[in-house]
Amino acid sequence: MTARAQPIPYALHGAGGALESAAAWLLAVLWLLPLLYAVWTAFHPAEFSARFVASAPLTLKNFVQAWHAAPFARYFLNTFVLVTLILACQLVLCTLAAYAFARFAFVGRELAFALVLLQLMIMPDVLIVENYRTMSWLGLVDTIPGIALPYVASAFGIFLLRQTFKSVPRELDDAARVEGAGPLQVLWRVYVPLAKPVYLAYALVSVSYHWNNFLWPLIVTNSVEARPLTVGLQVFASTDQGIDWSVICAATLMTSAPLLVGFLLFQRQFVQSFMRAGIR
Amino acid sequence: MRRSAYNLYGWLLLLPAMALLALFTHWPALATFVDSFWSTPKLRRASTFVGLDNYRSMLSDSVFWQALLNNLMFALGTIPISIALALIMAIWVNDRIVGRAAVRMAYFTPTVLPMIAVANIWLFFYTPQYGLLEQVLSLFGARAHNWLGSPETALACVIVVAIWKEAGFFMIFYLAALQQISPTLAEAAALEGASRFTFFRRVQFPLLMPTTLFVLVNAVINAFRTIDHIIVMTRGGPDNATTLLLYYVYEVGFKYWDSTYAAALTVILLSLLAAVALSQYVLLDRRIHYR
Repeated sequence: MTARAQPIPYALHGAGGALESAAAWLLAVLWLLPLLYAVWTAFHPAEFSARFVASAPLTLKNFVQAWHAAPFARYFLNTFVLVTLILACQLVLCTLAAYAFARFAFVGRELAFALVLLQLMIMPDVLIVENYRTMSWLGLVDTIPGIALPYVASAFGIFLLRQTFKSVPRELDDAARVEGAGPLQVLWRVYVPLAKPVYLAYALVSVSYHWNNFLWPLIVTNSVEARPLTVGLQVFASTDQGIDWSVICAATLMTSAPLLVGFLLFQRQFVQSFMRAGIR
Repeated sequence: MRRSAYNLYGWLLLLPAMALLALFTHWPALATFVDSFWSTPKLRRASTFVGLDNYRSMLSDSVFWQALLNNLMFALGTIPISIALALIMAIWVNDRIVGRAAVRMAYFTPTVLPMIAVANIWLFFYTPQYGLLEQVLSLFGARAHNWLGSPETALACVIVVAIWKEAGFFMIFYLAALQQISPTLAEAAALEGASRFTFFRRVQFPLLMPTTLFVLVNAVINAFRTIDHIIVMTRGGPDNATTLLLYYVYEVGFKYWDSTYAAALTVILLSLLAAVALSQYVLLDRRIHYR
């Protein structure tokens, strides 16, 4: 055995490699530019919002002003409650359904599964008119459960967990049953612990999706008490009161900050979660 | 467990999820279809069965045709470019370029930001006079142009935003697939003296086909359901130049409150999505190389 490292085929080297690295970096800078632009504008006084001089003084005034101009504290609370409610319900419902599909050969299973997968194509995002009618019939317009309900039974979550549960060895299942565990105990003690990485992946995808979701919350809410951040930001930014761009940029950064910070801290988990969630 | 117990348990476990799916997916989809054959109840007139009237008025509705055309242009503008960019990004990040973790982060960041928030930033970017785009262009002596305010350029502007938002997301799937390609293939190709481009064209690209299909289907679906940036940046204007189908549904349903016409429009939108899903199975599956 030679200890010398094999040259990696097609690794970048020489002038061509340098050129490609430069191109990759250029694209990366281009991709971050809008965000950097917003950061610049938010942290400088309004007169520097489009003037890039090194001597521009830094300020937090824009954030203070934005915070007081709209009930952002309430919006943060609403989004937090919304995202938590959706995730908690999704985890329970999808786990139960996925367990049924993975381990119970009940009559009509194939048909039921096809009906579930239908949601991957017919998403709640598109059925806004009818779902609004259902919500007003249920008296849930302008409430946080009203925003959450259409997304709680997630076909994607059921599909993802079903795949995971199916890969759990039968022997573990049987062993637990021999010890006298009922079906729900088996689920809780065998399947759920083994699926932890998938739960994490699904949770990250779900939280970022619903933190960012806009159209349905916009339609179904009309008061400060129910509005999530995205809708609150839009209401704030579209009022024609001559609000400075720098204040809007500050508000924009503020609403994205929790996700952005979470992403920067847990970059690897985020990327891997999105990967795991995407591979079928 | 006995067979009947299996049946009972299976259905009981499924029941909560199935009930909600029925209430918020199956029922509204059916109701949309049925409603599209009725008239919208007005103050004194109850809803009546009108057959194909909603569809007939759709045929003569120029805004509908424009929305459909815009949406096709939007799809054609965003999908190929964002997929190509995603592929290039993934190959760069997969190769050992200097500081690839930072580069990967830069590409992926738009994905985690709310569309509504980034649309606000881009709105400022495109603003006449102050906007960054105008400032940069004026350095080169270009004439002032209202990018979002002119029908000729508005759609292109929102397409750019969609590409920027999506490419990094699709990159992730390519990256995952690239990492699963066995390194022995690269060694073999290098022994045969294949150039890097040949290796990409003859080995990597064919092996990535299932990923491309997956990404393609997602990209098409997104092109028909994402309208957050339209609401923020243009509200369908100027002169309906950026009205996409779902935006038109939103406008008809929640601004003009014509719910049955909105239902008919939704049926068209759903048929398009169904066609995409079907073509995935019928057309593309055969031509794809699976290991």
